[in-house]
Amino acid sequence: MSGHVTLPDEQLAEQSSPGGVGVAVPSRGRVVARRFFGSWGGRAGFALLAVMFLAAFAGPLVYPWGYTDKDFTAFLTPPSPSHWFGTLQTGADVFAVTMRGMQKSLVVGLLAALVSTALAAIVGAFAGYFLGWTDRVLMWVADLLLVLPAFLILAVMSPLFAAGQWPLFVVMLALFLWMVTSKVVRGMTLSLKEREFILAARFMGVSPTRIVFRHVIPNLSSLLVVDATLNVSAAILTETGLSYFGFGIQPPDVSLGTLIADGSKTATYAPWTFWFAAGLLIVTVLAVNLIGDALRDAFDPSARRAR
Amino acid sequence: MSDPTHPGAPVLEVADLSVTFGSGPSAVRAVRGLNYEVRPGEVLGIVGESGSGKSVASMAVMGLLPPHARVSGSVKLLGTELLGASDKRLAAFRGRTISMVFQDPLSALTPVYRVGDQIAEALTVHQDLTRAEARKRAVELLDLVGIPHPAERATAFPHEFSGGMRQRAVIAMAIANDPDVIICDEPTTALDVTIQAQVLDVLRKAQRETGAAIVMITHDLGVVAGFVDRVLVMYAGRPVEIGSVDEVYYHPLMPYTMGLLGSVPRLDQGERGRLTPIDGNPPSPAALPPGCPFEPRCRLAVPECRLAEPPLRPVRHSRHLAACIRAGEIERGVVTTVPKLPEIPEEGEERPPRESRRVVLGVEDLVKHYPLTRGAVFKRRVGTVEAVAGVSFDLREGETLGLVGESGCGKTTTLMEILKLARPQGGRVVVLGRDISGLVAADRMSVRRDMQVVFQDPMSSLDPRMTVYDILAEPLRAHRVREPGPRVRDLLRLVGLEPEHAARYPQDFSGGQRQRIGIARALALEPRLVVLDEPVSALDVSIQAGVINLLEELKARLGLSYLFVAHDLSVVRHIADRVAVMYLGRIAEVGQVDRVYDTPMHPYTQALLSAVPLPDPVVERARRRILLEGDLPSPADPPSGCRFRTRCPLYKAIGETERLRCVHEEPRVRPMGGDHGAACHYAESLDVV
Ligand code: SF4
Ligand code: SF4
Repeated sequence: MSGHVTLPDEQLAEQSSPGGVGVAVPSRGRVVARRFFGSWGGRAGFALLAVMFLAAFAGPLVYPWGYTDKDFTAFLTPPSPSHWFGTLQTGADVFAVTMRGMQKSLVVGLLAALVSTALAAIVGAFAGYFLGWTDRVLMWVADLLLVLPAFLILAVMSPLFAAGQWPLFVVMLALFLWMVTSKVVRGMTLSLKEREFILAARFMGVSPTRIVFRHVIPNLSSLLVVDATLNVSAAILTETGLSYFGFGIQPPDVSLGTLIADGSKTATYAPWTFWFAAGLLIVTVLAVNLIGDALRDAFDPSARRAR
Repeated sequence: MSDPTHPGAPVLEVADLSVTFGSGPSAVRAVRGLNYEVRPGEVLGIVGESGSGKSVASMAVMGLLPPHARVSGSVKLLGTELLGASDKRLAAFRGRTISMVFQDPLSALTPVYRVGDQIAEALTVHQDLTRAEARKRAVELLDLVGIPHPAERATAFPHEFSGGMRQRAVIAMAIANDPDVIICDEPTTALDVTIQAQVLDVLRKAQRETGAAIVMITHDLGVVAGFVDRVLVMYAGRPVEIGSVDEVYYHPLMPYTMGLLGSVPRLDQGERGRLTPIDGNPPSPAALPPGCPFEPRCRLAVPECRLAEPPLRPVRHSRHLAACIRAGEIERGVVTTVPKLPEIPEEGEERPPRESRRVVLGVEDLVKHYPLTRGAVFKRRVGTVEAVAGVSFDLREGETLGLVGESGCGKTTTLMEILKLARPQGGRVVVLGRDISGLVAADRMSVRRDMQVVFQDPMSSLDPRMTVYDILAEPLRAHRVREPGPRVRDLLRLVGLEPEHAARYPQDFSGGQRQRIGIARALALEPRLVVLDEPVSALDVSIQAGVINLLEELKARLGLSYLFVAHDLSVVRHIADRVAVMYLGRIAEVGQVDRVYDTPMHPYTQALLSAVPLPDPVVERARRRILLEGDLPSPADPPSGCRFRTRCPLYKAIGETERLRCVHEEPRVRPMGGDHGAACHYAESLDVV
């Protein structure tokens, strides 16, 4: 069936290819980038995320209120020109704390997702490709982490995440997110390993590690991108959940999670304390999903090309 | 149009049948106006390559297409219109008046019911029989299609049957209700050649018993030659030539038919002629060229061909039709499609004799056993599969050795053992003078550089996520070649592709082009030995010929040696210098290709060669087949002594005392003159076939 779908592409390429000197071929990264930005979803998602990053990190620089400042003349006031998103019961400015919270959540969510997906891909692919002892040890570790009560451990460790220790938090979050995906990756690697192009690479003398990184993982990219997308949401939500119970990000620092937790108590009569943080969380997840979809198609040469 | 050989009214009439998938500009017109009829007892062959619409058309006749396919025209079975008939009406016909045999017998049998019960059910649906009667009849049918111990086998489940047995069971089911028409869609394509011969034999018998008309759909010109009365050639969804099998094969009138016939390698022709491939690729059904659909590939095309699609017209007489505006000229012999072929560059002057050339690959008593385990949690070893049980051969410089055999004979395992470059379980493998069991890492890399591989399936052997450039540069990078760019360009030119193709992905290419990319990759490091694992079996004949020519040309130009693993004996005869025939993990016969094919010594080789159908109706009808009985024994439990003895026709012919030797003593490959050898105790006593 693919025959008729691709023919127009083929003709297109025929007409647009430059006259036959040299073989100028863009690298895989460039091709993926071009295709990513060629799609509507990719551009929109990327723009959305960029704006949010900009607001989260540059916003506080120009905004008069800091996230620790309290305005003792305005408690729980609705949005106004002096307090864009209104204020909290404590007199803290909602815009300032939301931006601060978004900084943390974006960084924590994206990093934790990337780390966990990368871990899942590498562990799963190595276990599936090499089998034997590598497989047994790696899968034993995965099983162990699966049975450990992640939430409890993170809660117990929460004092360690105090002031400035958020990278540790990211690592811990990631550590509890990768296992299931790595098992899926391992299974897919097992079947991929039998494919002739992997055999061909092996018999060509390509080293096993290189095969894993150049053939196995790229061919699982659809799965991995989807997984990373889901993990961003999962990481942000786990962090939110932990923060809700008072673990996770510790005060005076804030995250979208702590804000939503606090705001939910006042949401009914002071909606601005809740909805700005919740809305931004939704927009973040949406942007990440758009990027994920576009990235998946960009990696997959058989996906319909954006024209 | 009355047929002198098959009188009577047509049982199945197909008129102006069209099938379209999708709608609007992306609509795919898979079948565009198909007309044919079959009379009682007649066999009609429909041939065409993949994508020609032949299978879709037969599904449409059976009413088995998915609802989104739009079907128009008329299909009349015994005068009753089938198109647009209600499901209930159709059900009354299906299986009773018209039945079908598919390529994959597993899809026709329900895995959870016993085979006998399924046949009995097919009977009771259409006939008034008691259960016991139906059972009894089912066993009779199984007996008719040659299933040994039919009463016992009737209680078996489909998965307990081998592929050939399943296809027999499906045929038994198809003839259960004495149908008037049997449609066979590639019934033997998935089977080995000796099993194919058995199944074709059963089909012939079934036809004799039922007097049914058969519509035989296949891509195999050999199968058609010996089996059918009339042939219909399809191209791009349309019939392009219809006629009696002899007329079409000996006096084709349509350039496409001529091209097809010219591109098949033949088992019975030893001379090293080049095959004549058809240029280009079949058109996509979504983007047909204007005018004659064959025009872009036709050697006889004239400007008028592009104006309108030529209709199917009677040419020689009313029963030989062709869709070509130049058919008349072809008939009168004014023009022909025989092209001037590029010469194969001569391989130096006289090659030095074989004995003085270097051995590039030596295999001695190679053994590979797999443990046979049972149980999911606690794996118990319950036996050993002797996939390769002591195989020896050698391949010398500038030579092509064909390794042939049916599935399960161990040829692929042998190949993998060689390619892995790891110490074999038993025996020795010497590649370019180096024993592979003693290789250190650096040596292994240099052996890899000299020995490359081309795989069967050109889709799965190229990483779909890489551009052609990256695919071709990979071996270069792995062996630390800087600046792969110029080399990639040269490689693409070498295999007949454009350097600009480098930026595309494998899926943008047709099967034949992909296989060329696979070959280019294998040649990237200038190897001396190329291992080819069924390199053309996934390709259509017209494309296959081009790839075979390319392989021969490259071998001569670059001084390569090939180890060519294949199940297609005709292709091997065409390309190989020597051939080794494998059976159940052992070599049955080995020798110079013309000697083995012309005077096969081993009973297995004889049966194998006699089972291959030839694309030549007269020869094919006159041929005597040596039909082997039964299936390949399990390699986990091979027969003692000679492994072929359970199926050997000679074993049955010799006396008690001679047989003892076959049972107790394993025959070794004995020289039969020159470098020809056969592993049979009584080989010399055989008449040459
Ligand atoms: S009509 Fe023209 S293009 Fe078509 S087959 Fe005949 S000669 Fe060739
Ligand atoms: S050794 Fe005996 S059983 Fe084997 S092939 Fe020869 S005759 Fe047949």
